[in-house]
Amino acid sequence: MKYVDEYRTADAAKRYAEAIARAVTRPWTIMEVCGGQTHAIVRFGLDQMLPPGLSLLHGPGCPVCVTPAAAIDQAIAVAMTPGAILCSFGDMVRVPGTGGSLLDARARGGDVRVLYSPLDALAVARAAPEREVVFFAVGFETTAPATAMLVLQAERAGLRNLSLLVSHVLVPPAIEAILAAPDNRVQGFLAAGHVCTVMGVEAYGPIARNRRVPIVVTGFEPLDLLQGIHMCVRQLEAGRCEVENQYSRTVRPEGNPAARRAVDTVFEIVTVSWRGIGAIAQSGLALSRDYTAFDARGRFALQKPIAAEDPICIAGDVLRGRRLPHQCPAYAVRCTPDHPLGAPMVSSEGACAAYFRYRDGAAAARAVQG
Amino acid sequence: MCLALPGLLLEMRGDDPLTTVGRVSFNGIVREVSLGFLPEARIGDYVVVHAGIALSVVDAEEAARVFRELGLLGEAAS
Repeated sequence: MKYVDEYRTADAAKRYAEAIARAVTRPWTIMEVCGGQTHAIVRFGLDQMLPPGLSLLHGPGCPVCVTPAAAIDQAIAVAMTPGAILCSFGDMVRVPGTGGSLLDARARGGDVRVLYSPLDALAVARAAPEREVVFFAVGFETTAPATAMLVLQAERAGLRNLSLLVSHVLVPPAIEAILAAPDNRVQGFLAAGHVCTVMGVEAYGPIARNRRVPIVVTGFEPLDLLQGIHMCVRQLEAGRCEVENQYSRTVRPEGNPAARRAVDTVFEIVTVSWRGIGAIAQSGLALSRDYTAFDARGRFALQKPIAAEDPICIAGDVLRGRRLPHQCPAYAVRCTPDHPLGAPMVSSEGACAAYFRYRDGAAAARAVQG
Repeated sequence: MCLALPGLLLEMRGDDPLTTVGRVSFNGIVREVSLGFLPEARIGDYVVVHAGIALSVVDAEEAARVFRELGLLGEAAS
């Protein structure tokens, strides 16, 4: 695939890794924020190519992992309402709320449908005008424009049987929260390339300046990630704290203005809770006042249950980069992708699932043998 | 979740900016994609698509930068 395959050549990756090793004179800790990047780093073994002393920490950038159990419970309540259809991205349907998952709800007779695009919910609503159709809108700034487009097109078409359960979250406030923690170890960030494709890079300048961390907007292929790490290391070694854009083939400094306008129109910024982390100020999106008619929480009078997590699971620490997946007592023992305790083991982009799948052949084999 | 893939824009249709759609080929697999947020897209462009929405046009010149800088690294090492 053009613009993918050429960024996966082993020889070029090796040369970038050598350049990183030449640039590093002391230990550094860099965090990649995005779960897709975590997945690529572990899958391609990029962290194994880095010099000793250069550590990568994995950040909270897996929307599936940080969606509150309470939101999943609400989606299940919708799915179990007679006559309702709950539409969701595929990544979301396996994650347990306080009880089961959306897949369990489907097994109990709920009408749960997996969509590739939020816009597919338009056809579902048109085909069943007598039913209430709800789209479970999760994801970061990358996905928010698709949800906004669904709302704008539903409004244009006058669809009255479509609403949304919105649980969108924003990356910069999460980076701020990580840097503000007293035990923060992160010295440089790889920012998520597709979030910046939408939002541009301006939100990161103040963070880099005020917190004195280099931030490199980075893509998702092995060469992108290695170049991003190299750029970040060179800043650290030189004592610079700037925002640089490794992923300039896709990311413009201003992002995508049309998508940003739609997001600003349809949503407002609110304080939300992140699963495993807790409340982060001004870190989420809710439907704005002009669009509350599309809010499923109002239409279905959904209660906010209090969610309890398994006490042994360290998902919150993993999501904040405080501990690595295999430092959890349940990892690969009580907690596997087939029997997950926490969301990072469920989601394909969760750090725990990435370690289990690509790093731990032995653990995986043990789990298979039971 | 934020996975987005580059595909070749083959066709466009629609006269309303919000509902303009394109047919995009991902290595031969063709999907219909919303171009509502990418009015600058033209047939023959590679567009980056996430969840059925085109978000960016790939800049071919910038795409070569990774390899240009790799060449410079080689010179710096020798």
